[in-house]
Amino acid sequence: MKRTAWWCVVALAGMACAKYPTAPVRPDLYVLLPGAAGSSGTLAVTHAGGESRLDSGNTAASFTPSGALHTAPIAESEIRQHFGEALNAQPRRPTSFLVYFLADSDELTEDSSRNIARMLDAVASYPAPEVLVIGHTDTMGTDDYNDRLSLQRAQRLRSRLIEHGIDGANVTASGRGKRELIVPTGDQIPEPRNRRVEIVVR
Amino acid sequence: MTIRVVVTVLVCLAFPSIALADVGVVKVSKGIAVVERGGQRLAAAVGMKVHEGDVVVTGRDGAIGITFQDNSLMSLGPDSRLSIDRFAFDSTTHRGAFESSLGQGTLSAVSGKIAKQSPDAMKVRTPAALLGVRGTEFLVRTGEPSHPTGITR
Repeated sequence: MKRTAWWCVVALAGMACAKYPTAPVRPDLYVLLPGAAGSSGTLAVTHAGGESRLDSGNTAASFTPSGALHTAPIAESEIRQHFGEALNAQPRRPTSFLVYFLADSDELTEDSSRNIARMLDAVASYPAPEVLVIGHTDTMGTDDYNDRLSLQRAQRLRSRLIEHGIDGANVTASGRGKRELIVPTGDQIPEPRNRRVEIVVR
Repeated sequence: MTIRVVVTVLVCLAFPSIALADVGVVKVSKGIAVVERGGQRLAAAVGMKVHEGDVVVTGRDGAIGITFQDNSLMSLGPDSRLSIDRFAFDSTTHRGAFESSLGQGTLSAVSGKIAKQSPDAMKVRTPAALLGVRGTEFLVRTGEPSHPTGITR
């Protein structure tokens, strides 16, 4: 009886010390980059062990053997090593151009005509180019009115781009109304610089 | 049954965007890169339209870059698999949702208008975690780095 108890102790100790094969560490790597616009934003990582947040550029999260998430700065060279091919395949960023109409007219301002010429060059330089024509208004009038007006302006410019030889299948028109002011103003304020059409090439 | 078909046709006529469902365009394609759609495997050439529900897969020497409707950019390195689970974008309000899953491999992403307008509207899943994106550029690697997808054409 005494001997059995002793063996039990030995067996338990052996089990505690035995090197059980542990689950392999997950090779995942999540990296937040410094954004091109200057701010890095945040990346919230939710996993079985809880939630971690990356909120500064060039920080990485990886799993520890216990399944927790470890965050640490990551070197540029290490980023290249793990993600070089994916980064190299990143599509070129969109380019945007602004055009303005002369007051109460269908005519573009002189600067805007030059922008159209630059925009046509840009279209030729993108693979499978898409052109987005986005109308904006100032804050005079209701949301509905400005949504319609901004779309009309965009559609008018879209027709003009097609006349310039751009394939209509690749040009879409949309209106943002008064949601995206370039010059911040209160409501019901006339502001010519906000009455614009943006052309995005991507 | 007949009624359902008629309703579907009417809905598609009323909202052409639902019928088309283009959510992005392939801008870069290297080596073996394919799109799995409805049980078919299509070579992902530059200019190909990407749809919601598509699964984008690269082979051992492959890479692919896609620009989405909200200006989000996503690219995959070799031996990677990304499914476009959900994409919705309103070009007037910029509201929408962009959810994808990286099953394996490497992803480089630049968030667009959706993430800018609505924090928490852009998410990337991996087998081990859910990433919530707030106006940012980020990289994701999941699974063993050299695990093959087995895609050879």
